[in-house]
Parts: sequence; C-alpha cells; structure tokens
Amino acid sequence: MLTAMDEPTAVLEARHVHRWYGTGSARFHALDDVSLQVRAGESLAVVGKSGSGKSTLMHLLALLDSPDEGDLLVDGVATGDLPARQVQRLRNERFGFVFQQFFLNPAESVLENVVLPLTIAGVPAPARRERGMAVLERFGLADKARNRAIDLSGGQKQRAALSRALVGRPSVVFADEPTGNLDSATGAQVEEELFALNAEGITLVVVTHDEELAARCGRRVSVQDGRLSGGAAA
Amino acid sequence: MRTSDLLRSALRNVRRSRLRTTLTVLALVVGASTLSLTTALGAGVSDYVTRQVDALGADDVLVVTAGSAQTGDGPVTYNPTRSTAAGGGAGLPGAGAAASLTDESVAALQRLSGLRDVRPVRSVALDYVQAGSSPRFELSLSPTGAVAQADLAAGRQLDAAGVADGIVLPQDHVAPLGFAGDAQAVGSEVTLAFTDLTGTQRQVPATVVGVSRSGLLSSGAAVGADFLDSLASQQDAGVGSPGRYPAATARFDPATADVAALKEEVGALGLQAQTIEDQLGVVTTVIAGITGILNAFAVVSLVAAAFGIVNTLLMSVQERTREIGLMKALGMAPRRIFALFSLEAGLIGLLGSVIGVALAAAAGTVISAALVAGPLSGLPGLTLLLFRPQAVVLVVVLIVVIAFLAGTLPARRAARQDPITALRYE
Repeated sequence: MLTAMDEPTAVLEARHVHRWYGTGSARFHALDDVSLQVRAGESLAVVGKSGSGKSTLMHLLALLDSPDEGDLLVDGVATGDLPARQVQRLRNERFGFVFQQFFLNPAESVLENVVLPLTIAGVPAPARRERGMAVLERFGLADKARNRAIDLSGGQKQRAALSRALVGRPSVVFADEPTGNLDSATGAQVEEELFALNAEGITLVVVTHDEELAARCGRRVSVQDGRLSGGAAA
Repeated sequence: MRTSDLLRSALRNVRRSRLRTTLTVLALVVGASTLSLTTALGAGVSDYVTRQVDALGADDVLVVTAGSAQTGDGPVTYNPTRSTAAGGGAGLPGAGAAASLTDESVAALQRLSGLRDVRPVRSVALDYVQAGSSPRFELSLSPTGAVAQADLAAGRQLDAAGVADGIVLPQDHVAPLGFAGDAQAVGSEVTLAFTDLTGTQRQVPATVVGVSRSGLLSSGAAVGADFLDSLASQQDAGVGSPGRYPAATARFDPATADVAALKEEVGALGLQAQTIEDQLGVVTTVIAGITGILNAFAVVSLVAAAFGIVNTLLMSVQERTREIGLMKALGMAPRRIFALFSLEAGLIGLLGSVIGVALAAAAGTVISAALVAGPLSGLPGLTLLLFRPQAVVLVVVLIVVIAFLAGTLPARRAARQDPITALRYE
C-alpha cells in the first residue's frame, strides 16, 4: 500500500530546472539550474528565506507548476511530455498536500473536506466514507466528522488537512509550512504526526523556515536566490 | 469527480449565498413568466383564430373562384371558360363586375380526378326562422356553411356528404326561439321561410343538428349541402338558374392529394383554387408577427437576466478562488471545474424558469378567466392565455440553455485558474 522504504530509485527528481517569473526588466529568475533527487521514504526539508524560491521548488516537484527549462521526473519518468490528465491523476493518487493555511472548505463537513481527493478521483460515496472515517479515527477527529470545518480549532484543522493528505494513500506528502499557523504545542503534535507518516514509509517533503522542524528531517537542502546549497544529511 | 458529486456540489454552492442566488433567480423568474405569458397569449389567440378559420371550412376544402390564375405581372390572357359578369351581362342584379364561375367551369372542375363533391356556392335569402309557434327571427344562411367546421356549443357538425334537412343554429338564436338550452335545441325542428322568385313565400322544416358559437368570421346558420342546393333551386322557382356563381367549393383527400398540384390543375382551367388556410394567411401572419414581437421583449428580459447569472457566478468564482485552486491541486481536471460552474448556472436557470412558469400559469389563468368573463365576453370560446405543456417545457429548456451559456464565461475563468496563484497566501 505504501512505497517500500528501501526502494532505491528517486521518487522525485529535478534535473537542471529553471523557472522565471515576469517579463522584460521585471523578469525574475526564481530557480536557477536546480537539480535535486528525493529518494523514496526519506524526509526532506527545503529551507530558505521567504522569496528564496523554496515554494517554487516545491510547486515544481509537486507538478503544480512546470519548469521553463529542465525536467521533472516521477519514478524516473519525465513528466514534461505527459498529457495533462495523467499529471492530474499523478497528483491525485501519488501526492498529498498540507498547507500552512489548511484550505478547508468552511461550508462542508469535516468528513467531506477530508475525502475531497477521493471525490475528485471518483471513488463511490460509501468507500469514501469508510476510508475517510478510518483516517479521521487515526487523527482523533472521528467524533468531529459531521461538524462543519469552520468549527474546528487550529490544531484540529491541520489534523483534518493531514487526514485529507493521507486519505488517498499517497507515496509523497508535501507540507508547506505545516506548523506555521499553529502554537508550539499543537505544532509539535502535528509534527509528530508528520514524522509518524514518514516512519510508515511515506516520503515527506517539508518546506519551512522553522529550523527545529527542518532539523528533524532526514536531509535538508536550502534555497538561496533560486540556487540550491547543502543537501547533506542533517 | 462523479456526476452525482458534481451535482451535489453545485446544489450546495447555489444554496450557499442565498441572497445573491435569490436575486439572480428573481431576474430569471421575471423573464420566464413574461415569456410564458406571451407564448400563452400567442397560443390562446392562435387557437381561437384557428377555430374561427375552421368555421370557414374544413382543411379538405378548396374554394374555387374565377380570379386570375396568373400570379405574376402582366396582362391576363383570355380564357373562354372564364367570363366576367360585365361581359356576359346576365349577372344577378348587384352581382357587379366580379368574375364568376359558369356551369361549364363547374363541370370542368367535376371532371378533375383529385376533386370530389364539387358544388357551386349558392346563396339563399331566408325571410325568417321559427320554432313551433315562437316569434319569427331573421336568419342568414352561410353559403359555405356546409363545408365549414362550426365552433360547436352543442350537437355535431354537418356531415361532409351533406344533410338533407340539418341545420346548425347560431347560439344567440337558441333562447329567443324558446329552447331551454343549447343541448335541448339539438334534435328539434325549426321552420325556415323564404320567398321564391315568383313572390310566393315557402316554408321548409329543418332539424337542428348543432348549435354554433358566434365567432369573428362565421356568420349565420349553416345547412347541409344537399339541403342548401334544394333550397336554392326552390328559391329560383324553376325560373332558370343564371348559371353563374361567385365561387365553388370542392373537397379533396388531404392525406393523398398534392394540394399544390391540384391548385395548378384548377389554375389550368383558368380558375383559382385556395384552401381555407390560404384565405386566412394574412390573419395568421399578423398574429404570428404580434406574438413574435411580444416574445422578443420577453427574450430581451431573459438576456438581461443572463447577465445577472454571469455576474453572480463571476463573484462566486472570485470568492471560491482557493477552493478551486485546491481542487485543481488535488488533481481535479479543468473540464470538471468547468462542468461544476456550468451546472450551477443551469441549476439557477432551472430554478428561475420553473418558478417563473408556475407563477405565470397561476396568474395567467386568473387574469385570462377575468378578462374572458369581463371585457372579452364578446368572443365566446376564447381562452386568452393557453398554457400548452410542450410550450411550458420549451420555455424551461430555453432558459436552462441560456443560463448554461451565461455560465460558460465564469466557468471558463474558474477552469483556467492557476492553482499556485490560488493557493498562494497573503
């Protein structure tokens, strides 16, 4: 069900990736010749100041954006030539996302929010419900399943977002400042959950400027002015 | 995403901002009810006129006149089978200079294989009608009544082949003649009186087979074709028919006959044949024109409402930027996002049109009944607003389609949204 920990190939790979934003004199080199391998089962911290390009790198790795130059590979397969539908399927089935701002839909129930990836994939409602409840159970939110998402506390919201990231049984979870909006106690809780997932074999890519969180990752790369530095195990 | 999930999601989103949806729907309700009312008005008036047209003759009847067979420009070529009263000089007093049919042309018509029951139109002037010992009333006999479909209040139509002594009495004569009601009049006998050319007044019995509503175009009573012929002959009193008729009626089989070919054959005889529809073409065209203009106004209001939908959904797309971005990030295809917003537009359209049509039907029925009972009571049998199921369904479908089209602009905007821009904080 999850990618084996000892799989040797890189699950994600960036090869000489460039990304520019804007045009003319306002043209801005957000990523400059970045090459990076993310091995299956590892936990990688991408650190850097705001505006350094770390979020751009994550968006590219997660196939939310495409590079102006260079290649992005998933399981060794270049994604640049894949049809859009296949890229959408990849994101839907292989990736999970946790955002700093949670991005829960306030009008829907917690359960409906959590099973969104399955709804998008077209999983029938009973199966969605079953899998959604199982993952909510794990994060201690089973009793909140019917509540509206807006009624949850900050920590509960991020745990709901974690549930949503996990419900599709992804091989990679991208976490963009997952603890940025939480107080230190709940932040630590969410951190625990993230690394518990990693321990189960899910590849973790964490974008953060929280040094403590970065230090817990197996490896860290830092982005500065669109270039990579470091890459050694922390 | 499954279609059922799309539908559920669209439903939820429509309900989410209630005030905004309600206002948009209201605009559609106005358009939908206006369109339903104008269509119903058109249908009601058309239906009435159609029945009036039927009163002039059934759809298997050709009216043949000696009018010009040439429809183009230029002078009319001489044709011996057609003569003018002015040229013949033997016309009835008051017949004027109008071209008339002769016995020869009627005989030529009878030889045409596609036509049957060819009869010259003959008019009979009645002195009075009387039922038993009731007061005597004047009554005119419609010369073409035998081929007409009366707008019946009671009884039955005159038989196509002609009724030996049947008469369809106009409704306004029923009570004065002493009958308790329309139905009671049917089957009773009345006496028709006329004066023949020798000055002798004759009385003929006639059986009431039906009672007709008075209409715009129908006039007087109608009697069976054979009966009318015998009355006309008696009125001539053997003095000798002038052998000239203003027109002739003929029947054809509408299922098998080619009307255009028949008209041409008649035209080759130097005569002109018209169906009842031809004769009323102008009237129906005018009604269609007026209905069309009214409908155009209704459609204009719908277009305005469509802009309301565009506006509502654009705001909705704006508000839900993050939600759309998230769905795209999680692998939802742009096509599905497009479908989601189009569905919302369609739902708004469905809601507005169904409410609008229902309101129009409820209000229209009341208004129609009040008008027909009041200011329009002079037109019996009129349903001013006629709500036909297929017209109502058509209005709903039209509005849903318009709403869908209006939804494509916001839906495209949503589908094209960049997930990264949408998910970027600050």
